[in-house]
Amino acid sequence: MELKEKLVTSFLAFENSVDIDSPVHDIRSEAIKGFEEKGFPSKKEEAWKYTSLNSILKHDYSVFPKQENAIEYREIKKYFLHDIDTYKIVFIDGKYSSHLSQTTHDGMDVCLMSAALSKPKYRLIIENYFNKVATDDSLTNLNTAFSSEGAYIHIPKNKLVEKPIQVIHFSTGNESALMLQPRNLIVVDENSHVQIIERHQSLTENPVLTNSVTEIFANKRAIVDYYKVQNDNEFASLVDNTFINQKQESHVSVHTFSFGGKLTRNNLNFFQNGERIDSTLKGITIIEDKQHVDHNTLVHHIEPNCESHQDYKGIFDDRSTGVFNGKVIVEKNAQKTNAFQANNNILVSDKSTINTKPQLEIFADDVKCSHGCTIGQLDESALFYLRTRGIPEKEAKALLMYAFANNVLESVKIPELKARINKLIANKIGVNIGFEL
Amino acid sequence: MLEIKNLQACVEDKNILRGIDLQVNPGEVHAIMGPNGSGKSTLASVIAGKEEYEVTAGSILLDGVDIEELSADERAHKGIFMSFQYPVEIPGVTVTNFMKTAINATRKANGLEDMPAKDMLKMIREKSEMLEIDRKFLSRSLNVGFSGGEKKRNEIFQLAMLEPKLAILDETDSGLDIDALRIVANGVNKLRSKDNAIIVITHYQRLLDYIIPDFVHVLYEGRIVKSGGKELAHELEEKGYDWIKEEVNA
Repeated sequence: MELKEKLVTSFLAFENSVDIDSPVHDIRSEAIKGFEEKGFPSKKEEAWKYTSLNSILKHDYSVFPKQENAIEYREIKKYFLHDIDTYKIVFIDGKYSSHLSQTTHDGMDVCLMSAALSKPKYRLIIENYFNKVATDDSLTNLNTAFSSEGAYIHIPKNKLVEKPIQVIHFSTGNESALMLQPRNLIVVDENSHVQIIERHQSLTENPVLTNSVTEIFANKRAIVDYYKVQNDNEFASLVDNTFINQKQESHVSVHTFSFGGKLTRNNLNFFQNGERIDSTLKGITIIEDKQHVDHNTLVHHIEPNCESHQDYKGIFDDRSTGVFNGKVIVEKNAQKTNAFQANNNILVSDKSTINTKPQLEIFADDVKCSHGCTIGQLDESALFYLRTRGIPEKEAKALLMYAFANNVLESVKIPELKARINKLIANKIGVNIGFEL
Repeated sequence: MLEIKNLQACVEDKNILRGIDLQVNPGEVHAIMGPNGSGKSTLASVIAGKEEYEVTAGSILLDGVDIEELSADERAHKGIFMSFQYPVEIPGVTVTNFMKTAINATRKANGLEDMPAKDMLKMIREKSEMLEIDRKFLSRSLNVGFSGGEKKRNEIFQLAMLEPKLAILDETDSGLDIDALRIVANGVNKLRSKDNAIIVITHYQRLLDYIIPDFVHVLYEGRIVKSGGKELAHELEEKGYDWIKEEVNA
């Protein structure tokens, strides 16, 4: 049976297993119809021209995780940011792992989507926010149809959440092939500030496909800093659909570090529904072998006096392929918009590829919009400079790659995370350059 | 120490060096002067091991050993240093960390352990004081946002830290005001010893008022067409390069 058929058929069983009276029942039923009509995206669609899902859709994924495989914390400690105190929402094969998690209801809710969907006290938030910013594309539909578990974070107003929140999804290989569809909802009320780190980590050589949807609502003057660490193994693929609705004077930043995984597609969508909003989208991609990373971004400027800053750096080795498709829409009403976009790439190998495409649709006349993309090799004269200082070729190249990506790291506000990313980059580039990057 | 014999080099089929002979002994300072486009910077780059240049004839011997097959970093490990006209910016890597990387790479290549952190800090302190470099400067990203003078001073700081046998200073005076020039030159003079040698490449005589050369060579159209003592530099400053060109073309 093809995966699409299997999913559509499974929906009936899924529906029987969940609460029919749930406020999201109708939303799920609509969503499966949407998915059934549209099916999986193909390369014929403009937005998927350079990314084919064929190779990852051929597996016979199980779509309902059976049971939680126990994992000891010490085995997976390295995937956590463990040198500082954090809240943790941890899933193993799609099931919540209470012994690895540290949630809270003390003045805010850092807990589970399954709880939020079933308990009456969350009903109002679910009704107001669930599926309200997610768009109607087929993969988001698919996730919505099966939405039952994920992170639920609600920060009420005037709250500075000092501890970062880690949301980590592990897969253990308890199925020969596993499809995961986490659904996250994050609502940050007026004047509040939260930092979130998200990671998907497969611990198995069995194929894993994650189709994740995250909705983030940043209300008036809220600050949300979101970090995605994508350093999965070569058998795991990820389609990340993130939708952000910003209200006036809110600041939201999303940093995406794509260092691993078989195929990674990031659909990152910002909607600016208010004035004086600031949106930041940054990313570092460093991949090799036959890995594929696709950043598909949208910033929708709807109201006046807002800013957006996009800065994506890519380093591609071997036969790896990258895509950057950055769409900026400036509505007629969005005067005095300041939208900046940059995508710079280094092709380390002559067999690697990057397709980069800025897409600006501007309907207002008093705006500042800039975009630039570059594709190049490492600068030979810079390499020569480093080598005349006694630094061997490999290390010299690593230093230049690090320098190239560095400005994206500058804006990471959690020092321990920055140190961790630095280490990942050093590992990625495969050298010890004599000091802690 | 350095012996260059009939050195010819080209880049993209264009002959730039057309037969250079030069002998540099320990303790000596040689100045190489010449009009723009005469091949001065190419000579520096070829000695330092830049791969874009193809050596078509002749040889470069360091302590009697031909270095043609050695890469730039291997030449650095053997004690060749070149200061750049346009040093490269490395965001995110501090001057201090860069120096640690460079010094320990050279030590490793020569079979030595990493320099102990304490010794490294002591050396950094001594050398930076010698060049009147502010401590804050050392924690800035290498060459990022440095003024022209700061970049040059940083090049000489690296020279001081790496303690090479042979230092080649490529247009170190360009873009320096008189105070910076004096500090840089004083630094270079303090590094002079009976065991090392310096090649100063410059268009103008100005720097040579501070770093007094033992020999001055004039490079023109890829050849050394005239050699002399320090007085030759003054003559060039007064009369320009035209008389040299006329002599050659006559």
